[in-house]
Amino acid sequence: MSKIKGSQAIIKCLQEEGVELLFGYPGGAVIELYDELCKSSIRHILVRHEQGAVHAADGFARATGKVGVALLTSGPGATNGVTGIATAYCDSIPLVVLTGQVPRALIGNDAFQEVDIVGITRPCTKHNYLVNDPEDLVPVLREAFYLAASGRPGPVLVDLPKDIIASMIAYPPKKKEPIKMQTYQPHTDPHPGQVEKACRVCLKAKRPVLYVGGGVILSNSNQELTQLARRLNIPVTMTLMGLGGFPGTDPLSLGMLGMHGSYAANMSVAKSDVLIAVGSRFDDRVTGRLDAFAPQAKIIHIDIDPTSISKNVVVDIPIVADCKLALQAMNSWLDKCDEYNPQEVAEHHQPWVEQVQEWNAKHPLAYMEDGEIIKPQFVIETLHKLTGGNAIITTEVGQNQMWAAQFYKFNHPRRLLTSGGLGTMGYGLPAAIGAQMAFPEATVIDVAGDGSIQMNIQELATARECGAPVKIAILNNRYLGMVRQWQELFYNRHYASTVMEVTPDFVALAQAYGAVGLRAKTKAEVEPVIREALATKNVVIMDFSIHREEGVFPMVPAGKATTEMLLV
Amino acid sequence: MKHTLSVLLRNRPGALSRVTGLFSGRCFNIESLCVAETFDPQVSCLTVVTEGEASIIEQVTKQLHKLIDVIKVNDVSEGDFVEREMALIRVKAEAATRAEVLRIIDIFRGKVVDVSPTSYALEITGSESKIKAVIDILRPIGIKEIVRTGKIAMLRAPKK
Repeated sequence: MSKIKGSQAIIKCLQEEGVELLFGYPGGAVIELYDELCKSSIRHILVRHEQGAVHAADGFARATGKVGVALLTSGPGATNGVTGIATAYCDSIPLVVLTGQVPRALIGNDAFQEVDIVGITRPCTKHNYLVNDPEDLVPVLREAFYLAASGRPGPVLVDLPKDIIASMIAYPPKKKEPIKMQTYQPHTDPHPGQVEKACRVCLKAKRPVLYVGGGVILSNSNQELTQLARRLNIPVTMTLMGLGGFPGTDPLSLGMLGMHGSYAANMSVAKSDVLIAVGSRFDDRVTGRLDAFAPQAKIIHIDIDPTSISKNVVVDIPIVADCKLALQAMNSWLDKCDEYNPQEVAEHHQPWVEQVQEWNAKHPLAYMEDGEIIKPQFVIETLHKLTGGNAIITTEVGQNQMWAAQFYKFNHPRRLLTSGGLGTMGYGLPAAIGAQMAFPEATVIDVAGDGSIQMNIQELATARECGAPVKIAILNNRYLGMVRQWQELFYNRHYASTVMEVTPDFVALAQAYGAVGLRAKTKAEVEPVIREALATKNVVIMDFSIHREEGVFPMVPAGKATTEMLLV
Repeated sequence: MKHTLSVLLRNRPGALSRVTGLFSGRCFNIESLCVAETFDPQVSCLTVVTEGEASIIEQVTKQLHKLIDVIKVNDVSEGDFVEREMALIRVKAEAATRAEVLRIIDIFRGKVVDVSPTSYALEITGSESKIKAVIDILRPIGIKEIVRTGKIAMLRAPKK
C-alpha cells in the first residue's frame, strides 16, 4: 500500500466523517496540518482566540446536530480551548477537538509550548487520546467521531504530536460496518416492561407533568414528545437546555422550570403525582431544595446515561434508552393498547390542565413597564415579534440568558444555543458565528450583556472575515446584572465589583471592526433599531440601554423550595 | 459500609488516572487501591476499596462503567469473596527480641525476607484483620517501617 503523510490522512479522515467546516487557530505544532488543510475542500474559519474556535464548533454542532470540529495548536492554544471543551461537556455537545502536541521525543521535557492537554482535559471530555503511534492515527480519529456523536454525546480531544502529523502512514480503508468497541456500548433500546409500566402510570395519573431536558433536543425526539404530550393531554415544562423540545406557544407548554422558571411550571411540578423526566438530569438549578422537589410524584426517568438516573432524586421507573426510541416505544404501546381511549384520557387529565392554566393566568411571565425606559424583556419580545420566532438565538450567561429563555417563545428545537451546564460567559458570539456558518440564510442573534459580550468580543473580527452577519443585542445595564441582582436581594445592595463604570462605546467598537453599530436609548427606538439590524447584511451590534436594576423574576433563592418564588 | 470493587480496565497509558481522577473529582473515597496486569496483557485489574452509602456506591459503579477504558466493574463485596493483602514490616530485632519475632511470624505463617543485625523485614499475607493483628502484636517490640499493598479480591467460584 502506498503511504501518505499523517496530515493528509487526518484531512482524508475528516472528509470521510463528512466534515466540511472547522474552526481553528494555527501554531507551530500544527503548521504541517494547516499546510494540507488549506489545500483541501474543508473550509477553515480562523478565529481570534482558541476559546472562540471551540465555542463556534459547539454552536455549529448545536444548530445542526452534527459533530463540531476545532483545531488548536499545542500549549496555550490547547489550554485556551479548555473552557470551550468544558462548556460542551456539561451540555453533552458532540465535538472533536484536535490539538497539536510537541514531537514525541520532546513530550515530558517541558518543551516550548508543551502542555499535558490530555491530562488537563480528562475530567471535561467524554474521552481523549494522545496519538503515540502513526498506525493509531486514523483508527483513533474514527473512534473519536464515533464516541463524540453516539450514546450521550460529548467532546472528544485528540492530541497530535508534530512528528505523527509529519510521519508517513498506510491509510487503512474505512470499514463498512459501524465501529464496535468492547468497552463502550451505549444502551439505546428501552426495556419493553419499563415502557409499559411508564405508560400505565401516565394513564392513571391525575396530575402528570412532562419535565423535558436537552436530551430531547440531542436525540431529535421533539416530534415524538409532542405527540405523547398532546395525546395524553399532559402539561410540559422544559429546562433551559430543553427549550424548543416542545412548542413554547402550545397551550400545554409551561415554559421553563427551576430557579427562573414560570410560576405555573414550578407549582405544577410541586403538586404533580407523576413526573415524566425525559432527557433531563435533575440539576440543582431545576430542583431547588431536593426534599421539596415533586414530593408527591412517582418519577419516570428516560435517559441514555445510567449515571443520571437516581443521582439526585430517587427514580421509581427508570428507562435507560435513547429518548427518541423510548418515546416511540411509549407511543406505539399506546397505539396498541385496548385500555387507552384518547378521549377518556384527555378528559381524565383536563381538570389538572385547567388548574395549571389557571396558575399560568394568575402569574404569567411578566414585567412592569416604566415609561420610555427600555425593559430588557421588551427587547426580547420585540426580537421574537420581528423574527417571527424563527431566529437562532444564542446567549451569553446571566440575566440576558434568562430573559431570552423566558420571553423568546421557542417553537422549534436547536434554535436556542446557550451554555446551560457550565454557564460560560463569552459563549454567545462565537456560537452565533458557528450557527451562522451552518445556516448562512438564517437570522442568528446573540442576546448579550455588556459584561459577557466583552469576554469574546474579539470574535467580531472573525464574523466579519468569514462573512457571518450575526446580530448582537446587548442588554446594556453597565452592571454584571445577575450577580448584582443577588447582591440586591441577599447582600444588602452591596454591589461589590459588579459595577462596570468603563464600558466601551459599542457603536464605535462595531464600526472599528467594520461592523454596524446601532443604539436605542428609549422604548420607542427599540423596534426601529431591530428592524434596521435585521435588514442589514453585515454584522450588527445593537446597544440597548436598559433599566439598570431590572431583575429576572420569578426567582427561587438558592437552597429554597421551587414553590418559594419571588415574583415580579 | 465498605465496598471492594474489582475493575477491569484497558491497559493503556492514562487509564489509571481516569479512575483516580473520577474518585477525586467526585469526592468519592479511596481507602486502598491496587492495580496490575491480568493474564491478558491488554487488560489490568484494579481493586479499590471504598466506603459510602448504597446510593454513593451505585454512583461510583455507574461512573466507573461510563469511563471508556473500563471493561467491567464488579462489587465483589456484594457476594462471597476472598480478599488478601500483603504487608512488609521492618521490626526491631535485638538480642532480647529476635527469637520472639520469629515465633510470632511463624504463628501468622509469615516469612523473614531481610535480616540485619538490628532488624528483621517480615512478609505477611492475609485478610485485613490478620494484618492488623500482626501489626498490633509487633508494635510493642518496635515497628520501624510498614509497606502495604492494599487489598486484592476475587469472587469465590459457584459451589455447584
